[in-house]
Amino acid sequence: MAEQAATHVVVVKPLTAWERISGNSALRKTALLVLLALFWELYARKLDNPLLFPTFGATLEAFGSAIASGVIPQRTLHSLQVLAQGYAAGLFFAAILTAFATATRIGTDLLELLTAMFNPLPSIALLPLAMLWVGLGNGSLIFVLIHAVLWSVALNTHAGFRSVSQTLRMVGRNYGLSGPRFVAQILVPAAFPHILTGLKIGWAFAWRTLIAAELVFGVSQGSGGLGWYVFENKNQLEIANVFAGLFTVILIGLFVENVVFATIERRTVRRWGMQT
Amino acid sequence: MADPAAERAPALLEVRGVTLQYKTREHLVTATYRVGFEVSRSDRFVMLGPSGCGKSTLLKAVGGYLAPVEGEIRLNGRVIDKPGPDRVMVFQEFDQLLPWKTVKENVVFALRASGKLKGRAADEKALATIEKVGLTKFADTLPHQLSGGMKQRVAIARAMAVEPDILLMDEPFAALDALTRRKMQEELLRLWEDTRFTVLFVTHSIPEAVRVGNRILLLSPHPGQVKAEMQSSGRDEERLSQRIHEMLFSEKVEEATDG
Repeated sequence: MAEQAATHVVVVKPLTAWERISGNSALRKTALLVLLALFWELYARKLDNPLLFPTFGATLEAFGSAIASGVIPQRTLHSLQVLAQGYAAGLFFAAILTAFATATRIGTDLLELLTAMFNPLPSIALLPLAMLWVGLGNGSLIFVLIHAVLWSVALNTHAGFRSVSQTLRMVGRNYGLSGPRFVAQILVPAAFPHILTGLKIGWAFAWRTLIAAELVFGVSQGSGGLGWYVFENKNQLEIANVFAGLFTVILIGLFVENVVFATIERRTVRRWGMQT
Repeated sequence: MADPAAERAPALLEVRGVTLQYKTREHLVTATYRVGFEVSRSDRFVMLGPSGCGKSTLLKAVGGYLAPVEGEIRLNGRVIDKPGPDRVMVFQEFDQLLPWKTVKENVVFALRASGKLKGRAADEKALATIEKVGLTKFADTLPHQLSGGMKQRVAIARAMAVEPDILLMDEPFAALDALTRRKMQEELLRLWEDTRFTVLFVTHSIPEAVRVGNRILLLSPHPGQVKAEMQSSGRDEERLSQRIHEMLFSEKVEEATDG
């Protein structure tokens, strides 16, 4: 019987080369990217107006030389430094708010109320106020960044804590955990999928907000960030540089989302089977 | 109920006239009404009854998660007022293992959190206990890669590693398939032969109660009350099952709901 079946049924057969290539989504997307770049190049050449729309080649060239001259790396570093400060401060306040919300019912109400009020408010809309209160400088950038990060992180962390199963809570208490040890060893890891979501949303808000805020004003202590770089070059009609700056903004966004967070996700929630 | 205490060693766990209540969104439910029993060292004490007899609630109260509104629960003569590693629970749910820790780390976690052992000693103890339940090969595996039966074995190993005064098991095999369930029951008995730990075991399955327990407390539902207490010698399982069946279903047929 088994032999008979073996003669009739193909058990394992390699796919054809084309089937394998077309089955690879990374390859398909790369091909699309190449097509888009080609289309851009052709269109820009036909338009022949570098002030409005530089060619793909010119953009790449501007990007290359801005990197080689160290301008873009320096501006990027500046942006990332401000971002890191704002992100960290946002996380700090989110931790306080979440702790309060986890410990008391009135804290929960406060968190829900504040989040409902401030989450729909784009951080950039707070910039005029921030400039008035904190002054021109990194201070007001950090102010709007905190606003960008705080609500999504606090809300998601709190929701994550609440979704931790009763069984896990009982296990933690059974082995004698309470207070901060209980939070650190049970609640935080058990709620990590939610927390990570909050961190990702917070990052996305923060990065967009920072670039936008830098466009409005970005110079302090003689150097600005990437947003300022874009704004500056637009004023000088160096449009290829503007494109190079935007390109960098995109690249960093992609890197953080698809490399940094993807790695964290793979090493934690995916590995633990808490998210598929 | 009133067993001559002289026959056995002094009771390890005393439950005296315990009434338990809990609130749902709309009701105040009385789960048990003036329940009393005693568990001695090395007993395999089974609480058996249909759903609604408060057996799980009673186990949670022994675990210290719920305070009685009436009566008291004492372990080694001390009133139980909060959860602690001297009474370790094994739950029915598979998610009782910390999914972010491997099998070994789960056991080590229990040892460290409870303050029983630290560092190397905890690692060694964990591995030794894991070996007892036959999972040495899976020590570095994460829980989501294990089968249901294996997860329950890890939970049992984790509980045993801490060497609690009493092991509290809340229908630990109820979510397993019949074959695995049978195997786990035998394994539990084998482990018991080894160290003779005390276990308080909750189930709604008569065959399981008869197989696992040496003493069986029969509870009737709404609210949970003690109906009878009996010994299971391990012989004559058939007749004991038959007797329990008759006692549970003799008067009220309508109580035989889901289970």
